[in-house]
Amino acid sequence: MGDIAKYLGDAGTRSALLTMLLDHIYLSLVPLVISVVLAVVLGLACHRFRWVNTVLVSVSNVLYTIPSLALFVIIPAVIGTSVLAPVNVVIALTLYTTTLLVRPVAEALAAVPDHVRAAATAMGFRPWRRFLTVELPLAVPVLAAGVRVGSVSNISLVSVGALIGTGGLGVLFTDGFRQRYLAPIIVGIVLTMVLALVVDLILVVLRNALTPWTKAGRS
Amino acid sequence: MIFADAIAWLLDPVNWSGAKSIPVRVGVHLLYCLGAVLGASLIAVPLGLYIGHTGRGGVLLVGSSNALRALPTLGLVTFLYLVMNGVQTVSVLIALVVLAVPPILAGTYAGIQDVDRGVVDAARGMGMTGSQRLWRVELPNALPLLVGGLRNATLQVVATASVAAYVGIETLGRPLLDGLRVLDYAQVVGGAVLIALLAVGLDLLLALAGKLVIPRGLRLAAETRRRVKPVEEAEVVDVV
Repeated sequence: MGDIAKYLGDAGTRSALLTMLLDHIYLSLVPLVISVVLAVVLGLACHRFRWVNTVLVSVSNVLYTIPSLALFVIIPAVIGTSVLAPVNVVIALTLYTTTLLVRPVAEALAAVPDHVRAAATAMGFRPWRRFLTVELPLAVPVLAAGVRVGSVSNISLVSVGALIGTGGLGVLFTDGFRQRYLAPIIVGIVLTMVLALVVDLILVVLRNALTPWTKAGRS
Repeated sequence: MIFADAIAWLLDPVNWSGAKSIPVRVGVHLLYCLGAVLGASLIAVPLGLYIGHTGRGGVLLVGSSNALRALPTLGLVTFLYLVMNGVQTVSVLIALVVLAVPPILAGTYAGIQDVDRGVVDAARGMGMTGSQRLWRVELPNALPLLVGGLRNATLQVVATASVAAYVGIETLGRPLLDGLRVLDYAQVVGGAVLIALLAVGLDLLLALAGKLVIPRGLRLAAETRRRVKPVEEAEVVDVV
């Protein structure tokens, strides 16, 4: 405990920690936002065209077996970015999170009852408006559940990026390991978990705000 | 081409003999994964069965298991390594067990929770005791989700065991880290391909094992449900 207090007592350390935390938030949440958009588009495609579904299921099965560490380093080799560029981590995590989200989104869209869809059509909703204002909102609870899993796993995976030298809180683990110094490692673990918890709480609040009808059903 | 180089690396006889050869690393990788999944099952399956059967502590379980998922494995490995004065084996195993517990626990618990209440009530009505219901009704019905949890855990552990190379264990993460240091992508991609193959192989094995242990009656029920469902939905639309 004394070690940690001493470690945190240094102003330079604290400002470095803040930079790492912001890097970590950027590296884990940017892929999450991109993935949500991609997953909705792809989920819609899956729902409309059967073959997209077949292709995506096999791609995601293969993608999930590739270790994050390997994906972080293969991406620069394939698309020609620098090895240390943070964009590699962003692309890798976007790939993971999108594959995680697509299937539930497609299933949620398929689960919208036909009579609801028919009612919207009868009320004069054109397909796009019907999708954005009826089908998509009904899929939000399922999407939110997926996004929560994705945010936790992204936040914990970004740490692995430290092994290839991108920023984020994972740097505390490699630094601590190299210097045989426990304080940064403990601080890193605690900060990562607190970040995951806070983001999760925000997501729950967001979901409840987007789906007011579920609360009405509960009370 | 990078993938051609990777195949060349994979086929190079130099990489197939000695203490740091591909077979040795595959073996070490497999051992750690098996140890971790077995260890995690010993903790998570009984816990999931107990909570699912008694219905006690579900909320607490979901919360703490989500918190476990947020634990960064790299942080845990380096932490345990320093705390245990460099005992790599135990620190890596504990970290991988921690990684594997949440999916198995969630699968077991959800499996028991999902068992049709009518089936459990029928078992009670037939005079089955609590433990008879658990072992002869709830557990067999929970097997599909339980096996699903095991498969998830295995995939994650196989992928993450590569991080163990950072504290000096000869897993398949070694070629990733070594290749990265000298920018030898053939090695990196070769190692990644091996890990992916290992993961796919184990997943297929577990899927097969699942087919063997899941009772035939359950599979029949699932197939009938699938066949009946579209008809029901069509009827609903007709009525509307």
